[in-house]
Amino acid sequence: MAAKVPRQKMPEQAPGERIGNFDEVPLGFPVLAADREASRCLECKKPPCQEACPIHIDIPAFIRLIKEKKYAEGARKIKEANPLPAVCGRVCPQEGLCEKACVLAKKGEPVAIGSLERFVADEEGRHHDLFIPALPPLRREKIAVVGSGPSGLICAERLRLLGYGVTIFEALHKPGGVLMYGIPEFRLPKGIMQREIEYLKGLGIEIVLDAVVGRTVTIDELMGEAGFSAVYIAIGAGGPIFMGIPGENLNYVYSANELLTRVNLMKAYQFPRTDTPVKLGRRVAVIGGGNTALDAARSALRLGTDKVYLLYRRSRQEMPARLEEVSHAEEEGVDFQFLTAPVAFLGDENGNVKTARCIRMELGQPDASGRRRPVPIKGSEYTIELDSAVMGIGTRANPLLTSATPALTLNKWGYIVVDENHMTSLPGVFAGGDIVTGSATVIEAMATGKLAAASIDAYIQNK
Amino acid sequence: MPGKNEIIHKEDLNSESFRLCVYAPEIVRKHLPGQFVILRVHEDGERIPLSVVGTDSEKGLLDMVVQVAGKTTRLLSGLSRGDSILDVVGPLGRPTGITKVGNVVTVGGGVGIAGVVKITRAFLEEGNTVTGIIGARSRDMVILEREMRAACHTLHVATDDGSAGKKGFVTDILRGLIGDGQPIDEVLTVGPLVMMKAVADLTRPHGIRTVASLNTLMVDGTGMCGCCRCTVDGQMKFACVDGPEFDAHKIDFEELLRRQYMYADLEKTSCETCRIEENLQNGG
Repeated sequence: MAAKVPRQKMPEQAPGERIGNFDEVPLGFPVLAADREASRCLECKKPPCQEACPIHIDIPAFIRLIKEKKYAEGARKIKEANPLPAVCGRVCPQEGLCEKACVLAKKGEPVAIGSLERFVADEEGRHHDLFIPALPPLRREKIAVVGSGPSGLICAERLRLLGYGVTIFEALHKPGGVLMYGIPEFRLPKGIMQREIEYLKGLGIEIVLDAVVGRTVTIDELMGEAGFSAVYIAIGAGGPIFMGIPGENLNYVYSANELLTRVNLMKAYQFPRTDTPVKLGRRVAVIGGGNTALDAARSALRLGTDKVYLLYRRSRQEMPARLEEVSHAEEEGVDFQFLTAPVAFLGDENGNVKTARCIRMELGQPDASGRRRPVPIKGSEYTIELDSAVMGIGTRANPLLTSATPALTLNKWGYIVVDENHMTSLPGVFAGGDIVTGSATVIEAMATGKLAAASIDAYIQNK
Repeated sequence: MPGKNEIIHKEDLNSESFRLCVYAPEIVRKHLPGQFVILRVHEDGERIPLSVVGTDSEKGLLDMVVQVAGKTTRLLSGLSRGDSILDVVGPLGRPTGITKVGNVVTVGGGVGIAGVVKITRAFLEEGNTVTGIIGARSRDMVILEREMRAACHTLHVATDDGSAGKKGFVTDILRGLIGDGQPIDEVLTVGPLVMMKAVADLTRPHGIRTVASLNTLMVDGTGMCGCCRCTVDGQMKFACVDGPEFDAHKIDFEELLRRQYMYADLEKTSCETCRIEENLQNGG
């Protein structure tokens, strides 16, 4: 047996350097590292990694192609299951999915599947080698997909590969949904996203931008005069949540959605070369412990602030954010204040936020999520001085589309109710992703998008 | 046939504002009084909300008035007939609740007059007795007087300097109408925050139902960012999806006034950068 090859480390921008720019932090595997990492894969007969992948990518097969130095073919192998390998290679929580299931995980370190996925996708992109597979003849029926986030994109792609004409309706001026407005450039470069979109357009998927379904066009119109045979609603859970504490409407208190939209979609980090500004001042407090809060905190660091606090009401162990994000944020100098929650924001005479009144917490009994519930400690209030605050405590269903479509059955939180075939209470209208499940990961949203495409196909075939 | 978002007509109204007629049949088909649109002018441009003066459903035309205030509106003013606007999104916001209530007074101030025309006409067509009040700094700044005259039974004009209509504010005229005992069942106002607040303060003691249409800062305009949030009756509301119209007696205008200027300094920076770029391009 060959000498044991250790898990390869991906080179990264140094923390001191990267907080001065919005460029991607991990730099990708050099070819040599990719080859060495691929050599570690045991090519299991019944691969547990593929089983653990929510969209069941044939992982050993694409890694075998790397071993054969057929990198672009490796990307195509992934695309048999996943049209967004460059995205998933970057933002998937592999440590809890494929890499957790890898047999090498039990013996030590799993194969760096995510890094290899990213490697082949980038290799394909680097060589402008975008391969468009042969498509079946176009069927009579066309399908409308509402929302161009991860769930909508994969559903559209699957349906297109089955021969349906597909039109995606996107409310914003750029396709990609949360991948475009939410995830920062330093985690998912927008050029990469653009490349994935070009592939989908290359398949013949039409994307209509600036189309707010519910306002510009309704679901009824799509199913009626517009002549679509089915609709897939994948609008995400894009509504911001505020805490409902005093002072939340003070100036420079933002939702994480607003900060990230200004920075990512509107490119405020290049202001005044671009036209949309963002103002944080010197000291920022970000509230929350998930990936969104960390994206906001790390963006804030890069916007020329001196001090970024992250206030989280539980402790480090309960943080829902990816470990990689947490350690990146820590290296970059985010000041984590665990077991802390704001109870009020106070401002000056111009209504600008100046301080956060905070309270310390301790962990009590486990709550519905199985995590220990934070309980405020009496008399532990203290004050943090700040110039801006960012609420990154989660998102909720955005009622714009659903309120314009009263025939859709919703649950008590405003999410769309679907049956086991992803069909809503409206015949022919399907839904998936965060607007059904509530906030989840990119890959979970993609998994339902893929299943919904199969359900839509079955629905049309049986009609 | 014109192209998507093509400018069909553009006309200066005064030194600060111009009328912009754009081919946008999908938006026109769905637009109802009180709803707004969001525009973006170039690849790195910001998204700005604009009110709609009127729509021509036969020709698919969206009629707007733009007041040059920041970089985007400056760039818009540089476009000509035949140019296309990169993005036009809408219609956004909830439509005005137009019902037959009896006697309605609509109050438009400054560029806000643009936002009140279609609403005024809708109240008229619904069978209400409609009085319009429009006001501006001076005669030149009074826009759309002809359109407003055609949209209501009686139109009053006020200017700060008395160069047109009555000297004074729109609230002076409204106070006069109330004082004269003219029956008023509903007031709807569009304009600067201070004006709308003054209208609300005036009608509150008389118990006259009053609706104000808010023009807050916005980014996406679809309920995603919360930039446009305001407090109405003690509740957090988003002007873009819950509004833009709210019960004026329940709006926290003080908070809105503070939020309005959050970006004033950076908007100026943006404009200055824009001017420097223009000068460089012109070889100056």
